[in-house]
Amino acid sequence: MIPAEFDYTAPDTLEEAIKALGDGGEDAKLLAGGHSLIPLMKLRLAAPSLLVDLRKVPGLHGVQRENGSWRIGALTPHVEIERNSELGVLSAAAGTIADPQVRNRGTIGGSLVHGDPASDLPAILLILEGTVTAMGPNGQREVAASELFQDYLQTSIEPTEVVTEVHVPPVEGWGYGYHKFNRRSEDWAMVAVSAVVKKSGDTVEDVRVGLTNMGSVPLRASAVEEALRGQPLNADTIASAAEQADQGTDPPADLNASTEYKRHLARVLTRRALSDAAGLS
Amino acid sequence: MSAVAEHHVGKALRRKEDPRLITGRARYVDDIALPGMLWAAFVRSPEAHAKIVSVDASAAKARPGVHAVFTIDDMTDLTGPLPMAWVPPGITVNNPEHWPLAKGTVRFVGDPVAVVIGEDRYAVVDAAEDVVVEYDPLPVVTDPEEALKAETHVLHQDIGSNQTHEWSLGGGDLDAGFAEADVVVEHRVVNHRTAGAPIEPRGVLADYRAGSLTMWTATQVPHFVRLFTALLLGMSEEKVRVIAPEVGGGFGAKLQMTGEELLCAWASRKLGWPVKWIATRTEDMATTHQGRDQIAYCKMGLKRDGSITAFHVKIIADFGAYNMLLTPTIPALGAFVMSGVYKMPALQTDIVGVFTNKCPTDAIRGAGRPEATHMIELMMDQAADELGMDPLEIRRKNFIPKEDFPAELPIGVVYDSGDYEKSLDKLLEHVDVAAFRKEQAELRSKGIYRGIGFSTYTEICGLAPTRVVGPEGFGNQAGFWESSMVRVHNTGAVTAYTGASPHGQGHETSFAQIVADRLGVDPAVVEVMHGDTGVGPEGRNTYGSRSLAVGGESLAKCAVKIADKAKAIVAHHLEASPEDIEVSGDKFSVKGSPDKGMTLAEVAGAAYLNQVPDGMEPGLEATTFWEPENFVFPFGAHAAIVDLDPDTGKVKLIRYVAVDDCGNAINPLLIDGQVHGGVVHAIGQALYERVHYDDDGQLVTGTFVDYALPTAAELPPIETDRTVTPSPVNSLGVKGVGEAGTIAASAAVTNAVTDALRPLGVSYINMPLSPMRIWEAINEAKGASPEGGANA
Repeated sequence: MIPAEFDYTAPDTLEEAIKALGDGGEDAKLLAGGHSLIPLMKLRLAAPSLLVDLRKVPGLHGVQRENGSWRIGALTPHVEIERNSELGVLSAAAGTIADPQVRNRGTIGGSLVHGDPASDLPAILLILEGTVTAMGPNGQREVAASELFQDYLQTSIEPTEVVTEVHVPPVEGWGYGYHKFNRRSEDWAMVAVSAVVKKSGDTVEDVRVGLTNMGSVPLRASAVEEALRGQPLNADTIASAAEQADQGTDPPADLNASTEYKRHLARVLTRRALSDAAGLS
Repeated sequence: MSAVAEHHVGKALRRKEDPRLITGRARYVDDIALPGMLWAAFVRSPEAHAKIVSVDASAAKARPGVHAVFTIDDMTDLTGPLPMAWVPPGITVNNPEHWPLAKGTVRFVGDPVAVVIGEDRYAVVDAAEDVVVEYDPLPVVTDPEEALKAETHVLHQDIGSNQTHEWSLGGGDLDAGFAEADVVVEHRVVNHRTAGAPIEPRGVLADYRAGSLTMWTATQVPHFVRLFTALLLGMSEEKVRVIAPEVGGGFGAKLQMTGEELLCAWASRKLGWPVKWIATRTEDMATTHQGRDQIAYCKMGLKRDGSITAFHVKIIADFGAYNMLLTPTIPALGAFVMSGVYKMPALQTDIVGVFTNKCPTDAIRGAGRPEATHMIELMMDQAADELGMDPLEIRRKNFIPKEDFPAELPIGVVYDSGDYEKSLDKLLEHVDVAAFRKEQAELRSKGIYRGIGFSTYTEICGLAPTRVVGPEGFGNQAGFWESSMVRVHNTGAVTAYTGASPHGQGHETSFAQIVADRLGVDPAVVEVMHGDTGVGPEGRNTYGSRSLAVGGESLAKCAVKIADKAKAIVAHHLEASPEDIEVSGDKFSVKGSPDKGMTLAEVAGAAYLNQVPDGMEPGLEATTFWEPENFVFPFGAHAAIVDLDPDTGKVKLIRYVAVDDCGNAINPLLIDGQVHGGVVHAIGQALYERVHYDDDGQLVTGTFVDYALPTAAELPPIETDRTVTPSPVNSLGVKGVGEAGTIAASAAVTNAVTDALRPLGVSYINMPLSPMRIWEAINEAKGASPEGGANA
């Protein structure tokens, strides 16, 4: 790897990290697992002036349960989430990220803050209605998933802030499904659909459907959700609702998929993810 | 010569190479550093086609650590442009000048314009970004059929056309063949562009000192690199030593004399310091020669009973921006075996080579033969479909029968040996087609689309003999023998030099097995040396699955020379006749008295003490140059089984069974490894890999994210088996196997996908079989617009 020249620091505390980031100016970047940033630097698509490595900062690792909710340190690698099946759809999605090397190094905080709409975790945080905790020069704040993803590779986290934790509400009582479509198992999603369903008797009490790589940010398939809420849950209602999965989306074409194909995949995968979530598969 | 007692040949010995490879102790070019070494970084064109208006290197030269920035204007002492080694008798091949740095015009994205030489790698890459090149864009053409049109802008103005050459190879009466046919099947068969993509990118370290040049380079062909470097630098060839150290895969992509190699050598001479260049992955993907990229108009005539009467193929071969070392020869290699394993009374292959604004193409694993097999085997399935025949029945109907071998074909090639029924029968021991068809029908009723596809193939390899391949024959400007040298040390250990130049194949193991059996020693004490023009004799290196059939046989013959001398020495000491001495276990002993004998170490001791028969030279060393009388023609039968998701178009490979016949096995483990890798290479082409340029000539598959090599996660276990039909061409009875899997497999996979697609109304589809392409084909067959194709 022959990146452009950069400075490097590995502070011992969160406060020092925030200060280094602030002092480093606009081109200072945080380094967590490095599995998004370093490939960009290798291609010289990113040329940060300073890397602030979080590896020595204590307290940013691990998955903990607090009052039923989950608190996940921002530096927790994907593999730890993959191995915690109590995390439901989050665990399932983490297990599909790239390959074992990437899952061993890549972190949940880094993946979320990178804001790549083709990444697995952003849409999951969206449907779980989770939050992230950000610490900056002006203190700490909670950012809801629905406010986090602003545009392609852009989040509402300020350049001087460090995401320290990810919070996810309890997932008990929700069925889930995650269908990721790619050519090779290590590839980013061409399209992925995540679904969680809470039933009350035979009808849908609540349902959330997330769309990955169907736009510049992760999306909720709200038309599908509305179509199913309060309805009986069976193959017919799912198939009918899934037809609306691509409503309101305008996914950009890429090397492997046209806009039309992505829309089609969203419909197919929504049906499949909902069927899994409903226990019908 | 008495029969060789073989104890080690045929055994699945583990590779001697592996311990250093898996412990990270292999030494590649990038691991080698010299005192005072400088680094090179290239300034490459971001334009696919443009005039170079100006090059301003002042800022780059001013950077710390930068020694020089060169353009082609500085390289006035080269004796000529980069080589293209094909001069076919009677055919004109347009061969534009191709210099190590662009001269006035860039013709593909990545074409080098300037080189920065400096003290460390980071400094030169930074400085290269500071070289300001002004371009004046020219029209871009990336489609070879478009490039042939009269109105299309010409890449090489001095040639005046985008066509390199036209060439036709055939035999029999084509018109009569088609007149006789009951049905004629026609398809436009596409073999899209792929990359060799060795994990080790290209790289070179050149050190010119005191009138001599030493180069370490990631190459398959050190002797060729030596020859051309010496020629182009105006040096005497013996003053140049080229070393191919550990080479991390080649796949044909390192069968080349590259501008970067020449440039580092030139710069080292110019500056007086060693100069090193290692390609980045992206640089390697953009500028290392690529392969395939052929569009073929195939037309097959058959009788109602399935027998082929005529086959006509017109190949439009996209050569990219320049001819490289062997570029225009590649489609012709396919033409030699365009009748495959079948009787074809009339056959003709017409080839048109075309320049486009893309990276040049040249040999990539199989080189013309995977394309040919793909065309033939797709057409066989299409013909079977047209005639309502079983795809295996139509194959058997046309197989060249085993009684016909050696089989002289209408195009003049003589297949050395073959038994195609036997390999297909062996395949069907592993694949129960009747049971499969039953299962397939049951699954389809549940909405699961499973398909099976076959490929029965042969190929031409063991590139030799000179009479056919060389200047007087096909027109390659070289002799195609192979050299070897065997030296027995005082200790009885053996050093065996081969002119072949492995880059992952395992010669150090298999060649040691061959030598060991002939000299009564363990393969562990036979060290195989290779890839260094400074030791051992002149060599002809490794490509075209030639190492074993040419180099291995050469080495066997060399070892026999040693054995013959050893027998004479043993006979002298034991007062026996040399004819009565044989290699038995670890001794040269008297026939019938196995206790009475000498080990090779004892023989060597005697040889070096000059205790040899009167008139015999002391010492125990021999050299052999050998070439065969013919090529070898491996063959086999492969089957692929796939599941197709009709909702998404995604294909999953369920089973892959490969039955190959490469003659006698030297090391079955290595054969399996070659077949695995070869098959996966072609599965990659069929399902995943594609080098893609957009209409502006920008490479959009320049990383391993976009250039989708298959990984273990995508693949079922590759099931392998063999039949053994020895080649009569060499005493080992062997044929090459490095390319066989690649030559066979894309057709099997494509035929399997087509089999799965037929009930959905799709009867023909071209690679790459990406999900979207399959989905679109299904939609087209349905007559629905893509938007209408919702949940099937």
